[in-house]
Parts: sequence; structure tokens; C-alpha cells
Amino acid sequence: MIDTIKNILSEVKDPEIPVLTIEDMGIVRDVSVDMNNKVTVVITPTYSGCPAMDTIEDDIKKALNEAGYEVDVKTILDPPWTTDWMSEDGRRKLEEYGIAPPVKGMKDKRTLFGKPPEVRCPHCKSMNTSLVSQFGSTPCKSLFKCGDCAEPFDYFKCI
Amino acid sequence: MDDKTKYVLRLADNALILGQRLGEWCGHGPVLEQDIALTNIALDLIGQSRMLYQYAAECKGDGSTEDDLAMKRDVFDFYNVLLVEQPNGDWGNTLVRQFFYDTYNYYLYEFLCSSKDERIAEIARKSFKEIAYHAQFSAEWIIRLGDGTEESHNRVQQSVNDLWTYTGEMLTPDDLDRDMQAKGVGPNLDDIKSKWLRKVEEILDLATLKKPEGTFIQTGGKVGEHGEYLGFILAELQFMQRAYPGMSW
Repeated sequence: MIDTIKNILSEVKDPEIPVLTIEDMGIVRDVSVDMNNKVTVVITPTYSGCPAMDTIEDDIKKALNEAGYEVDVKTILDPPWTTDWMSEDGRRKLEEYGIAPPVKGMKDKRTLFGKPPEVRCPHCKSMNTSLVSQFGSTPCKSLFKCGDCAEPFDYFKCI
Repeated sequence: MDDKTKYVLRLADNALILGQRLGEWCGHGPVLEQDIALTNIALDLIGQSRMLYQYAAECKGDGSTEDDLAMKRDVFDFYNVLLVEQPNGDWGNTLVRQFFYDTYNYYLYEFLCSSKDERIAEIARKSFKEIAYHAQFSAEWIIRLGDGTEESHNRVQQSVNDLWTYTGEMLTPDDLDRDMQAKGVGPNLDDIKSKWLRKVEEILDLATLKKPEGTFIQTGGKVGEHGEYLGFILAELQFMQRAYPGMSW
């Protein structure tokens, strides 16, 4: 039964980045079923102000309700979400979509003045890119430009 | 209201009021990227304030919700420091306010990540990653403007001088801060102050700006004594709940 539920959840998309599922994002932290067959899904927010969280909660409820499950969605904060939880599949899909995936294993995530990461252009795959702004179209992205193909692009920043 | 609830409200009110101030820049930034940057930071801060208000509402235990705390308290029941309610002014002034606050917030939340209050620690660990980005952004702008043109240098120096008097409040412990420190919930603000001073001096130096000599500290916000600005901020923030009590989307 858990597997069936997980299958249904793996179809729920991130409303801001519709090529990714909430599973790719690492948002779903736990799924359980109690004795009365009531499902509890535990999710964690990517960014604390992320407006997509309410939509994601509604989408989870809708998907499971339609499959006949009664569901409760709980939000936990700790351990805090990190881009390291994003699946390999998710990273590949992000790049194909035109968003540079988070650079893995960045050590200076928490330092006050880390150098910007070396990011590969999702269009022409050049490493000759530079940071335009730490903040992009959504809280999870920053803005880069490519020095070779001259295209601007979003980078999914590491936290 | 017990002391811890009051302490959580201080944290929440700082985040909400600064977030609301930054939101005023929406559509008015000097270029699109910077407009987006400030509204992103505002969104983070308001998101953080929600987590804190939810906790404060639970601590109060009288049936209040996060919305009641944000939307139905009046000026004297807000405990944010005076710094965060100061007007935006020009771009440089907003970034000086942000730089002073972010640097404090960075070291404060670094401590709160290991607060003995488990819920505060959870919220802090979530928020700290975002705050690190804010602190980097505002410090870089201080360097750019200070070490920029004569015009930008002079204007940002003026903002540093004007806002300096509001920085002492968040760095000077009062009875509640000391009580929270004794319980392991909050930090020793004297430690935060020395870290803050070191970082601020380093950045001002890189920015070719002078640290003001003045030592007079404006206080009051932490105990609900505010300047005239907060009333106007709340009038806008709380308008819908005041005009149509209990309304929801």
C-alpha cells in the first residue's frame, strides 16, 4: 500500500518548476499509513517563504483523495531542506529544462563571503559563466549569464 | 504573556516589519534584478516570521493564530527594534539598514541554531541558510556603493551616519535578553556585538567608509516604544483586517 501511495506522490509536480516532481525535489520526507488506512504525508519547505508550499499540500491531498485515500499533510522544518536531497534524475531534468542544477557538495554554503560556484550553462554547456544576481525569479534560484552563448539562465542555488 | 513568548515575538516582529519595508521596493528597484533581490529577501523574512508567529501563538496558548499576532496587534504590542522600521530612503540607505541588520541576524541565528529551545533551533536552522545569502548581498552592495563614485560614497556614508544610532539597540542586552541567555535560549549579546563590530568594521573599511564616532543609542522598540513610522507601516500591513475584521481570501 505504501508503494502505491508513493507511486501516486511521484506524479505530483512542483508548481513552480513543472518538470520536477516533489519526489525529485526531496520535499516528501515520510509517508505512513495508520490502522484506519489514513495516510500521513510529511513534507518540508524548500525556502521558508516559498509560496508553492500551500499548492503542493493541496496537490498531494487532491492526488491521494482521488485515489480514494484519506490524507493528512504535515510540515516539518528540521532537518532543513538542502539541495543535496535533489535526485540525480531531478538534476538532469532541470538542466534539460534550461535551469542549471545546484552544484553538488559545495562546501562554502554557509560562509558569509563564499565565491560564487562554477556553474555550467544549461544551453551550450560552457563553464564560462558569471553571476548576475544572487536572487532570481523564485527564492530558490539565482541569475547567471553565459560568456559564450550570451544567454541568461537561472541557477538553482545551493542551500 | 510569558518571557519566552515575548522573545519569540521580538524575533518574529523584526522579520515581519523589515520584510514589509523591503516589500515597499516592489516595482521601484533601480533595475529589475535588484527589485527582485529585495522582494526575494522580503519573502524569506516574511516566511521566517510566519514560522515564529506560529510558535508564538502556540506558546500563548489562548487560541491566537499567527494571523492574529501579525494583523491584530497595535503599535505598542510590537517588539521589533527601531532599526527595521526606519524608512527605506534611497537605495543606499535601504542597503545600509539591511547590512547592519543582516550582519546581526547572521550571528544571532548562527547561535539560535543550537538554542536550548528545540523549536527555536529548528526555525533557526531553516532560516540561517537564507540569512547567509542576505548578509552576503547587502555587504557586497555597501562595498560597491562606498567604493563607487563620489556621489554614491557620500550618500552611503550619510546613511551609515544616520542609521548608526539605531544599531545599538539590537546589540545591547536588556533583562529579557539576559534571562533568555541564562536559559540557553538566546545568545550572549555581548558576543554578538563583538562579532558584529568586527564584520562591520571590515566591510566599512573595504568600502572606504568611516565608522561613525557617535555612541548614543536609540532604544525603545524592543519594549514596544516606537517612532511614528511603525504606525504607518501597520496601517498598510493590517488594512484589510482592520477594514473587514475576520476576512479571508
